[in-house]
Amino acid sequence: MSIREFAESGADLELVGIQKRFPGFTAIEELDLTIPAGSFFALLGPSGCGKTTTLRLVAGLEEPTAGRILIGGKDVTDTKAHQRPVNTVFQSYALFPHMSIIDNVAFGLKRRRIGDAQTKAHEALKLVELDHLAQRRPAQLSGGQQQRVALARAIVNRPALLLLDEPLGALDLKLRRQMQLELKTIQEEVGLTFLHVTHDQEEAMTMADTVAVMNKGAIEQMGAPEELYELPRTAFVANFLGKSNLFTGDVVGTTESAMTVDAGGHRITVATARSQRHRGLVTVGVRPEKVTLHAEQPDEVADRNLLGPGRVIDVSFAGVSTEYIVAVPGVGTMSVFAQNMTFGPVAHEGSEVWLSWDVEHGFGLSDEPDESSRFPADADTQSIAVQRREALITELEGS
Amino acid sequence: MAFAAFATTEAQPQTTRRKSPIALFLLLPGILYLVLFFLTPLISLILTSLQAPSEFGDIGVYDYAFNWQNYVTVIQDYWPHILRSFGYALLATVFALLFSYPIAYFIGVKARRRPLLQSLLLVLVIAPFFISFLLRTLAWKQILSDESLIITSLKALSLLAPDAYFAGTPFAVVFGLTYNFIPFMTLPLYTTLERLDTRYLEAGSDLYANSFTVFRKVTIPLSMPGIVAGTLLTFIPAAGDYVNASRDFLGGPDTQMMGNVIEANFLVLLNYPAAAALSIILMAAILVLVGVYVKRSGTEDLL
Repeated sequence: MSIREFAESGADLELVGIQKRFPGFTAIEELDLTIPAGSFFALLGPSGCGKTTTLRLVAGLEEPTAGRILIGGKDVTDTKAHQRPVNTVFQSYALFPHMSIIDNVAFGLKRRRIGDAQTKAHEALKLVELDHLAQRRPAQLSGGQQQRVALARAIVNRPALLLLDEPLGALDLKLRRQMQLELKTIQEEVGLTFLHVTHDQEEAMTMADTVAVMNKGAIEQMGAPEELYELPRTAFVANFLGKSNLFTGDVVGTTESAMTVDAGGHRITVATARSQRHRGLVTVGVRPEKVTLHAEQPDEVADRNLLGPGRVIDVSFAGVSTEYIVAVPGVGTMSVFAQNMTFGPVAHEGSEVWLSWDVEHGFGLSDEPDESSRFPADADTQSIAVQRREALITELEGS
Repeated sequence: MAFAAFATTEAQPQTTRRKSPIALFLLLPGILYLVLFFLTPLISLILTSLQAPSEFGDIGVYDYAFNWQNYVTVIQDYWPHILRSFGYALLATVFALLFSYPIAYFIGVKARRRPLLQSLLLVLVIAPFFISFLLRTLAWKQILSDESLIITSLKALSLLAPDAYFAGTPFAVVFGLTYNFIPFMTLPLYTTLERLDTRYLEAGSDLYANSFTVFRKVTIPLSMPGIVAGTLLTFIPAAGDYVNASRDFLGGPDTQMMGNVIEANFLVLLNYPAAAALSIILMAAILVLVGVYVKRSGTEDLL
């Protein structure tokens, strides 16, 4: 496809064996990725995981140490940034400060000698509802307006592939929600392929058809947002994409349908099909909102895991739901989200509770969590102390 | 629609400013200094430029008058020198810009990650200032003279025609002007290019501009403040310079600039009104040229 004409539709992006080393560190270990045409793809990961480097490699702003990049089946690895049918919405927007808004938007069209650049630029500005500011300079616009101009400047070129580098990071929550919807609408209207890089898991999940979670220069897991959330395969994904309660223990029994793990004296059962490993030491988990809190010991029910008694050590109210942190001897602390169906919390700090969840809701991971991530990043010192004490008690009782 | 809610109103510049007697008091020394050392000589210069020769006086004795013909006479007598001054200054400015831009770009952008190299190169740019301006120009007179080692070797190697010479030519004068004022170009260029945000360059190449177009459409406009400051700092002193073009240094009889003519009128011919009139013409011409230039380059909102 020539750079002189508009893309009829989005193009596939294929990364084959990409590796990128900078002096002193490796940003991307080994990356294979295929993004089908017309999809909204999100690369999600913490800062320093290599996601922005991946984006810059696709845009042609960095050269890979090894591997090939294919856009629409054509190898573009050796072409320069300006020869690729790709446009980027930069994190810093990078609007040219010496040009008016309309000249900024028409810049790409003029470089490609596409006729009627001004009219097309005005149309793109109308799409983001900023045509009335066409003659202003970028410095006279607010952050949200600049972001929309940056978006207009990229989509006016009808690139086969649009790259978004955390473009919503600088916006406040309300504007961000609005821009997320707007982006999604534009993507569906023009049918381009979007590659969105973000560290905001909620943003990735609400916007993208496919999410790839990146960690330490490699993709940990890739799939539809629901799939990633309901069935994480690694401890990193389980904790980066939402919260998880994880239990590590030896497998003590496996049947066709269920696998039981002995975690600190508690038996936790997971559906066999939902576990990555079935032998030896296995980490299993459950999402906090799948767990039910009981104030009195419930009866044992088949296909339901029961833990308890535990003690509530923290209750935090968050509007639609309340989070309970429960210390359960033998397994440490667990987090439970309960919808606020009634006024006031179901359980108070210090009260004794039992926890239960459906066997079908659990998942088994392919690795163990790192020592450090046994404590969620935002855990307070008190809960860590409680967890340590419980661990010590278990150890003493066991010996 | 929803976006309309986010339409901004342009920020109003702050107009209310409290007038305080303390501010005036603090400005007083500066105002006095300007009146004493700038305004007084300027008025004196204007008055001198209108003087007429004293009726019974000796050479060099003049009376106050309103003899505006002085201006007509000096323009008639010295128009080639006036044109030459601005021509040479323009050439020197263009050459200085052409040489300085790559140097400043390298120091300010390419060497950004290596502060040691950056400082070393900056010292090299400033180093010539450690030696007197006159000494440096005299050194170039030696180097460009017919008997110098460089000229004779170039002739021996047939890289120069046997009858070629540089001393006293316009080439030597423009060369000297360029050489002497180049740091005034490099340093302001460096300060703007040092702050150049390379993300704009990346955005340019992402928007289908090749490296030449990015340079023309993004780098140059963004470094305009440095270009304007550098060209002014080079052009103004070069236009009034009288050392390089002087016969004692790099010039010859056909390379005299306005500065040389003013010097000759003042010190040799003792024609003070002519010298004063020429000075005022030089000053006015520079003011007009600079005004037009700054307006045309449209950098007011970038500065």
